[in-house]
Amino acid sequence: MSTAEALKAKFPEDELVFSEFRDNHRVAVPATKLMPILSMLKSDCGFDMLAELTAVDYLEYEGATDRFGVVYVLLNNTSGERLILKTFVNDPSPSLPSVYSLWKSADWLEREVYDMFGITFVGHPDLRRILMPDEFTAFPLRKDYPLKGRGERHNFPIVTRADS
Amino acid sequence: MPFEVSDLAEMDAPEKEYLWTLNFGPQHPATHTTLRLILTLDGETVINALPHIGYLHSGFEKLGEHLDFNQYVTIVDRMNYISPLANEISWHHAVEKLLGIEITPRCKYLRTILAEIMRLHDHLLNVGTTGLDLGAFTAFLYAFYQREKIYDIVESASGQRFHTSYTRVGGVMFDVNKAWVEKIRDFLKGFMPVHAEVHRLLTRNRIFIDRLKGVGYLSGEDCINMGVTGPLARASGVLRDLRKDEPYLAYPDLDFKVVAAKDGDCYARYLVRMQEMLESVKIIEQCLDNIPEGPVNIDAQTHIVPPAKPSVYRSIEGLIQHFEVMMPNRGYETPREEIYAATESPNGELGYYIVGDGSPRSYRARTRPPSYIHFAVFPQIIKGHQLSDVVAVLGSLNIIAAELDR
Repeated sequence: MSTAEALKAKFPEDELVFSEFRDNHRVAVPATKLMPILSMLKSDCGFDMLAELTAVDYLEYEGATDRFGVVYVLLNNTSGERLILKTFVNDPSPSLPSVYSLWKSADWLEREVYDMFGITFVGHPDLRRILMPDEFTAFPLRKDYPLKGRGERHNFPIVTRADS
Repeated sequence: MPFEVSDLAEMDAPEKEYLWTLNFGPQHPATHTTLRLILTLDGETVINALPHIGYLHSGFEKLGEHLDFNQYVTIVDRMNYISPLANEISWHHAVEKLLGIEITPRCKYLRTILAEIMRLHDHLLNVGTTGLDLGAFTAFLYAFYQREKIYDIVESASGQRFHTSYTRVGGVMFDVNKAWVEKIRDFLKGFMPVHAEVHRLLTRNRIFIDRLKGVGYLSGEDCINMGVTGPLARASGVLRDLRKDEPYLAYPDLDFKVVAAKDGDCYARYLVRMQEMLESVKIIEQCLDNIPEGPVNIDAQTHIVPPAKPSVYRSIEGLIQHFEVMMPNRGYETPREEIYAATESPNGELGYYIVGDGSPRSYRARTRPPSYIHFAVFPQIIKGHQLSDVVAVLGSLNIIAAELDR
């Protein structure tokens, strides 16, 4: 039984949107059902690796209805099958359950998504900024954040040799 | 203040107050790049390690949303600067998959040669500096002399030694000639004895083995669960290599083996890397023998690659086509689609998630950097080891901070 059939059989009334592009097999799932679907994919379909977790801000994307898309690239190490799972979250306070309990690789990947997009992951053991400094207030990969920044660098406290 | 005997009682304080905190980095010669660890030590035993990263964060992914597919190649080769061409090949592999371009057979072979040369480049550095960090200076010099020769090879192809920016959508910047092929053959001839020499210097060296064997153990299950790929995973017995499992470029035509080990420690990673170099040499030799003739770029009529220079200089049609490709506000139609494509970079699975919005610029250009995933493993595998093992484990993970922070 293929992964798509298994998903349809397990979650018949949910809106699962299957699509294919080149060799990518994709499924869009509702955010409320994310955790049960991911745990089922891990336990029943053998997706033992979370290869990639990232987000996309669809603010300026033509025809997009949701603000953020969060993408999970799952990999089955035995069969080599890949599945790209996508879910959508919206302002205000975009939030998703953390998948750290399923795959430990989600640890830093979720921290990066939080750092860059401000999407919080409920249940993450240590959700802090990872690439940007702790004092940083904006989320730089959001589309409403300008490329040249908002002048944060000028406001950072400068430690001189005399103070240190 | 003189030292009193009663002070000793305080040193025996309960509540683990005897633990030391050591700040390792961000500027430390053994981290090789800018990364910082906060280590908690019990004597010399590492109890906990807390990585702090982001010192080299320069917003590469944000830049990727503002530069077109060809311009962004100058940024991706600054990510993993140890194997810049591997990044470029991976980036354009993803872009070409998004656009649905099938590159020419000659380009496939050329890119395969370059990708494997970059694997040699990366593994030479890794083996060399692992030795250097543990006090074996000679192997490092041998390895770096070979890397110089690789720089020369890359320079004669692209005109740049370091940040080559050589690949383009649908091809490469310039074609190579027969002299370049001979240059690689010469290099390989010289490389094999040096590889054997490094083997003799390190592989059965007592000090080297003592410092690496049993250090930084990572089990196969943990590798899979933590997303570890590449030589690290293969050293733990995870037989996964995208060159075999999801073949791209010319890899389906070539005969090579996937190198793996069982032990999962630093020594196994060293052995895997050493053996992978030999497989890379095999691949390069096969490619050199079979490199097809013909154009290296796809047809200029697709309006994706610029036309050949004679036609640009001597015909108005060629000039217009060149203009259309080069100017940032012109460009070509791209699918409004999303794609994830990955290649086997020297460090592991290097993937790109590209969102196309119809313009020749990506709406989102996400990199899946292997270093980032691998460094997350570090606190787990260093626990319980000695302070001096920190550099051995860091070296075996092959963390490149520019790729780590992007």
